[in-house]
Amino acid sequence: MTYRYLLGLFDDEVPTLQAVKKLRERGYKIHDVLSPFPIHGLDPALGIKETRLHTMGFIFGATGLSFGLLAMSYITSFDWPNNFGGKPNFPLPAFIPITFEMTVLFTAVGMVIVYYLRNKLSIFRNPEILEPRTTDDRFAIVFDLQKYGSDADGIADVLRNLGAVEVKVREMHEKQPSHDEQSA
Amino acid sequence: MANQYFSPVRDPLILGNKTYAQITDDIAKHAETRPTGKFLLAFTFTSLIALMGVLSILYTIWKGIGVWGENKTVGWAWDITNFVWWVGIGHAGTLISAILLLFRQRWRTGVNRAAEAMTIFAVICAGIFPVIHMGRVWDAFFIFPYPNSRAGEGLPGLRSLWTNFNSPLLWDVFAISTYFTVSLLFWYTGLLPDLATIRDRTKGLQNKIYSALCFGWKGTAKQWQRFESISLILAGLSTPLVLSVHSVVSFDFATSVIPGWHTTIFPPYFVAGAIFSGFAMVLTLMLVAREVMDLKQYITLNHIESMNKVILLTGSIVGVAYLTELFMSWYSGNIYEQWCFNRNRIADPYIFGPLMGVEPAPYWWAYWSMMSCNVISPQIFWSKSMRRNITVTFIMSIFINIGMWFERFVIIVTSTHRDYIPSSWLYYTPTWVEAAIFIGTIGIFMTLFLLFSKYFPVVAIAEVKSILKSSGDQYLAKQAQEDQTERDLQGGGSFAPAFQRDKE
Repeated sequence: MTYRYLLGLFDDEVPTLQAVKKLRERGYKIHDVLSPFPIHGLDPALGIKETRLHTMGFIFGATGLSFGLLAMSYITSFDWPNNFGGKPNFPLPAFIPITFEMTVLFTAVGMVIVYYLRNKLSIFRNPEILEPRTTDDRFAIVFDLQKYGSDADGIADVLRNLGAVEVKVREMHEKQPSHDEQSA
Repeated sequence: MANQYFSPVRDPLILGNKTYAQITDDIAKHAETRPTGKFLLAFTFTSLIALMGVLSILYTIWKGIGVWGENKTVGWAWDITNFVWWVGIGHAGTLISAILLLFRQRWRTGVNRAAEAMTIFAVICAGIFPVIHMGRVWDAFFIFPYPNSRAGEGLPGLRSLWTNFNSPLLWDVFAISTYFTVSLLFWYTGLLPDLATIRDRTKGLQNKIYSALCFGWKGTAKQWQRFESISLILAGLSTPLVLSVHSVVSFDFATSVIPGWHTTIFPPYFVAGAIFSGFAMVLTLMLVAREVMDLKQYITLNHIESMNKVILLTGSIVGVAYLTELFMSWYSGNIYEQWCFNRNRIADPYIFGPLMGVEPAPYWWAYWSMMSCNVISPQIFWSKSMRRNITVTFIMSIFINIGMWFERFVIIVTSTHRDYIPSSWLYYTPTWVEAAIFIGTIGIFMTLFLLFSKYFPVVAIAEVKSILKSSGDQYLAKQAQEDQTERDLQGGGSFAPAFQRDKE
């Protein structure tokens, strides 16, 4: 099966952002926006929900903190208590550096794993690219022609009026998930 | 950053009226073309030095630590000096990426990628030293706590022999390995969009390699949202992490009871010193890179000046720390502390020795090299023309690298070579093996850096593009002109924006 997408290519982030706002005001459903760098203010303009990555970060951090502290407490107080110069077997201040490091390690590694999973990024993945120039100097507003197929010419005109330097249709073998299908 | 306010008095950070496409071309072209003769020559040279280091390491492992010059009194010498030095150099990478990201410093975008890579390579070099210093390298895995069969009944979880969680040396293991992991993740996650840029420009085998390396990055709105979120959080995590790592490294000394090591000022003093030496190394590398790789329009004199300001600040902090140490040793009233600092370190044979009426300290030359390289010479950067002078900056960056190496050497060796019993006093001299390993790690570092700068984008393409509108010279000039017109209409006076002063 082939999937058809309409791309409005812009050469700058300012008209792209304005076009997104105007298209949304006029009730169009934008499939996605591709850009060579993050466009500030795009998320609210496009109606993208905030990412929940930071919540995951907190959960991983709390896990790391508890794991570090509990593991060290178990080891030095119960499993193999040793007498280091008469010091207590539960020396909390001495545990702080490692507890801190474990918190940071768990948060960072956990979040990065979630980030790669959610973005579907992996070394074995070689997805179809809608427009190679969007990693260089083009900003693309993408429309799904499965939805807007009958109105393709109309949307192309609107995009041109909003400042698109080029409008083109791309046929893809892979379905390109829209921005809300890519979930939080 | 279209909707952000930016001040017209800011200096431009991207010169040459660049467009987005030109930025991509300028930075990605190095990865796409064949290596030049110069590159191959430099690569051969550095990898030969690296090979010498590797062979010397193997020789040490084969023969034992006896091939080093360490003795009963000086049990730690060049190895730990080099370890602390390399870890310190790594710190500027995280600092530029993380702290300057949190502070919204736009000048970081020109240098952050190279600095992050430098962190990774420096930490690799650092890690070599404690491991080979253990002697029995094949047992090195035991620094990691895991349920093992090394004691008692030997069943996992039952009577395992554990590491000592009270020891700062073990804290080091955790700190350095966490630091390395987080830096690596931060660096590579930031690289993905730029690797995708190269993927989309190349064909054939190159395309296949970069397709794998960029993990299928597309640059959708959602991906960028998550990218910004994770960058910010990793930066927020790295900032306390980088401060903790060098504090923990300093605990190796500060928690001991040896005069010269037992110093409570060590954590902040080590962190400042690490930033100081790290920035010096970034400058050394970037000054070469901008010449060789034609990056003068991305790493401008403004970038160099900003880094020199950081060097001036941290160099002065380090200077204050040295003087505080001296004062505290005197004020403590402890004769061993007083002796260690005032006689054993600073008593040189020409001025201070005779003034104090004492015989010269054996390592006076190391102490005074440290003082002149780290405290006295960076003061030249109070002058703006010096901060913006490439030659002076390059010489100073080398001076600081040397000075910071001496700082660690002074702390470690001068505190131990004369202990409480004069009969065991020994002068420490390194052997050729130690020297070859140290020079070898510089070779390893340089080789890795050369490979990185050839095959990866050495300047963060996406990030530089994102500041083009606010920091590109053509946009700033336009903005300044508009402001002037507005001022003229309102009948105001003329106003020359700062950035028109010195364009390179």
